[in-house]
Amino acid sequence: MDLFGSFALILAFICAVYAFIGGIFAIRTRHPLLVKSTRQAGIATCMLIFVGTFSLEYLFFNDDFSSAYVVAHSNRDLAPFYKVAALWSGQEGSLLFWSFLLAIYVFSTLMVYRNKNGELMPYVGVVLAGVQIFFLTLNNFVASPFKALATPAAHGAMNLVTRADGNGLNGLLQYPEMVIHPPNLYAGYTGFTIPFAFALGALLARYPGEKWIHLTRRWTMIAWGFQSCGILLGAHWAYAVLGWGGYWAWDPVENASLLPWLTGTAFLHSVMMQEKRGMMKVWNVWLVFITFLLCITGTFLTRSGIVASVHAFAQSSIGNWFLGFIVVILLVCLVAYFKNRDYLASENQLDAMVSRESSFLFNNLILLVSCIAVLSGTLFPVFSEWLSSSRISVGAPFFNKVNIPIGLLLLFLTGVGPLLAWRKTSAESLRRNFAWPLAIGLTGGVVAFALGYRQFYSLVCFTLCAFVAATIISEFYRGAKVIRARSGASFLASGIDLTMRNTRRYGGYIVHMGMVLIFVGLAGVAFNKDVQKDMQPGSTMQIGSYTLLLQSMDSKPEKNYTAERMNVEVLRNNKQLMMLYPERRIFKTDQPSGTMVAIYSTLKEDLYVVYAGQSPETQMPVIHAYLNPLVKWIWFGGAVVVLGTLVALLPNRKAVLVLSAVRETAPQALPGQTLVQPFQPKPAMREGHD
Amino acid sequence: MQKRAKFGVGIAVIVVSLVFLAWLGYGESKTYYHTIAELPNLHGAAATHRMRVGGTVEPGTIRRFSGRVDFVLAGEGKTLPVSYTGSDPLPDTFVDKSQALVEGNLAPDGRFVAERVQAKCASKYEAAPGGTTAPAAAPAGTVQKSGM
Repeated sequence: MDLFGSFALILAFICAVYAFIGGIFAIRTRHPLLVKSTRQAGIATCMLIFVGTFSLEYLFFNDDFSSAYVVAHSNRDLAPFYKVAALWSGQEGSLLFWSFLLAIYVFSTLMVYRNKNGELMPYVGVVLAGVQIFFLTLNNFVASPFKALATPAAHGAMNLVTRADGNGLNGLLQYPEMVIHPPNLYAGYTGFTIPFAFALGALLARYPGEKWIHLTRRWTMIAWGFQSCGILLGAHWAYAVLGWGGYWAWDPVENASLLPWLTGTAFLHSVMMQEKRGMMKVWNVWLVFITFLLCITGTFLTRSGIVASVHAFAQSSIGNWFLGFIVVILLVCLVAYFKNRDYLASENQLDAMVSRESSFLFNNLILLVSCIAVLSGTLFPVFSEWLSSSRISVGAPFFNKVNIPIGLLLLFLTGVGPLLAWRKTSAESLRRNFAWPLAIGLTGGVVAFALGYRQFYSLVCFTLCAFVAATIISEFYRGAKVIRARSGASFLASGIDLTMRNTRRYGGYIVHMGMVLIFVGLAGVAFNKDVQKDMQPGSTMQIGSYTLLLQSMDSKPEKNYTAERMNVEVLRNNKQLMMLYPERRIFKTDQPSGTMVAIYSTLKEDLYVVYAGQSPETQMPVIHAYLNPLVKWIWFGGAVVVLGTLVALLPNRKAVLVLSAVRETAPQALPGQTLVQPFQPKPAMREGHD
Repeated sequence: MQKRAKFGVGIAVIVVSLVFLAWLGYGESKTYYHTIAELPNLHGAAATHRMRVGGTVEPGTIRRFSGRVDFVLAGEGKTLPVSYTGSDPLPDTFVDKSQALVEGNLAPDGRFVAERVQAKCASKYEAAPGGTTAPAAAPAGTVQKSGM
């Protein structure tokens, strides 16, 4: 099966090369047969990558310990669930997994548009094939996952060997989230390839209008949704498994996942400027280019160990390939841009400081500044080594100092932006739209202060959260009221009806609401407490209003590990509340042990109890307990963000009504829209939903 | 033109204040990275700032005392005696021959006083470049204690 798999990958490489070169000729000659055959080659590439990936999984499920990759990442007793995850637990497998997910996207794109956009698709196909060639080169010639185990024999020959069992999967990865987090994040990283291919393709083809933006909107949102989900799942994994009481450490790998998310978010907003006003064309094209470059950079940072090398850990030669690829993409983008930049001329100019446009402009500006800050902080050790001889790294204070104000500014714009009119907003409409939300926001701040949340940034954050939530709810309320007046349905039904009529707009608001909830959770971090104590059975410790009593310790053998468990009774105000069981897992295979944190989570706070190991002084077991306020809001907000993204991906119900020939309803303005756009659409305005 | 100037001022104010904050954060959190071989050649301010040093734990040198753990780090053929004085238990991956990263200051007697120790068990990582770190996750085996 390993030969079969590597053969499939080689064939995939050949097909991709054909799709690339043939595609270029197809663009030049416009020969219909050539166009068709290169598209088929693109589809074949994807199919072959699927075959290659499934062959590797087959090796895992058959416990084929003649394969080096399987030996390194699996063992017989590993649960099937984790045998799936073992695929992406190492270098070679993750790179194959990148190709696999990209192949799913490419396959879908080529199938969906096989009879559409005939002028544009050959260009898109060439770009996609180019990206696939790079990853298939790595899969085939640099980091093949199908290497067999062998020992050197006489005369330079090699003897193949088969082991009885494998080394097992890294214990830290044997956790359910570790099975779903990497696919989500990788689906985000790979997903941005599609908008990139369309943007570059449209630029090269000088494809008229904003069609590429309409075409890629859904793809961008899918990638963005996966990326958001992946980042939050990773944060939750770090929180629940690594046992240091936090969820975000500004670790280079975490930062790498945040970078394309920041520019992707900027892009999702700035496309509206192009759709509505024909502005920011250059900016949008470059945002897509940069987002894709950051996806590759993110993979590069994760895979090459260039930053981790500063931490004296293993370095990889694969970095040079990525660096080369990044340079090539950058050159291609630059050349494409300078040859076709006249095609990107803006049709309008900014009219006023207080307008929807300017809110988008500032949104983009600070997202980009945040991105630059995070990128430079992450790469600081590398840059400082180039510029001076010393390697300097920066830590959490650097990232927090810049990103907390940026986050709050963004939160403010989230509340303000949607209520501002395009072009220019009058003082009168400002008063009408903002009086109530402002009052509610200030009340929220006062309530937070009264509840004891007294820290400057946190108070600002709570105030803004209440303000933004109020603006979002008022938007739904006003829209629903109009529908309710006409249909007589309940507020809830009217609200759903409203959302379904303009999924993009109201789905977007739901995403904003999710972000508000996440910010509430983030603001809680200023009030975290932790206590660490050497314990023995019978001893107690105090944190906040909780008392922890270590009743006993036991050891429980499981199939793949032994769990050393603490039985901790939790009391609040001297009343018995519950039992918590923090544990350490000692794996049977040669893997580092894992921590299982016990968390008692409420909306108010998380009681987070870690069995932290043996004290260096007394050799007694140590409990490290944390009291983290409001953390649950982050995970809940994440779920709301995903829900909003899904809503925004749905087609508008209005479009269905038009098709079913109920013509009268079509031309009417959407409820709520008249309030924020008190003028008739002028020729300067375009189609599209805000 | 006046509109443009207004936008320019707005943008400049935001960017300048963020750069200022970044500069503050940089001063607060910068940590120098040195190899063991470089340490004897550091003089003046360079020898006193907060730094990180990486190396391999010499087998048999880990000694546990009350309130501190002593061990010897080796790298590039040189060795460095380290005293860990932090309160957190040492990571499970901290054993003989593991790769460790210590953060702290150099004492005048040439001993390194570490407040943080991160460790990776060498045997878990392939001899070939690459390693088996989790994709898109914190490097396995290290435990980050900084952050939000």
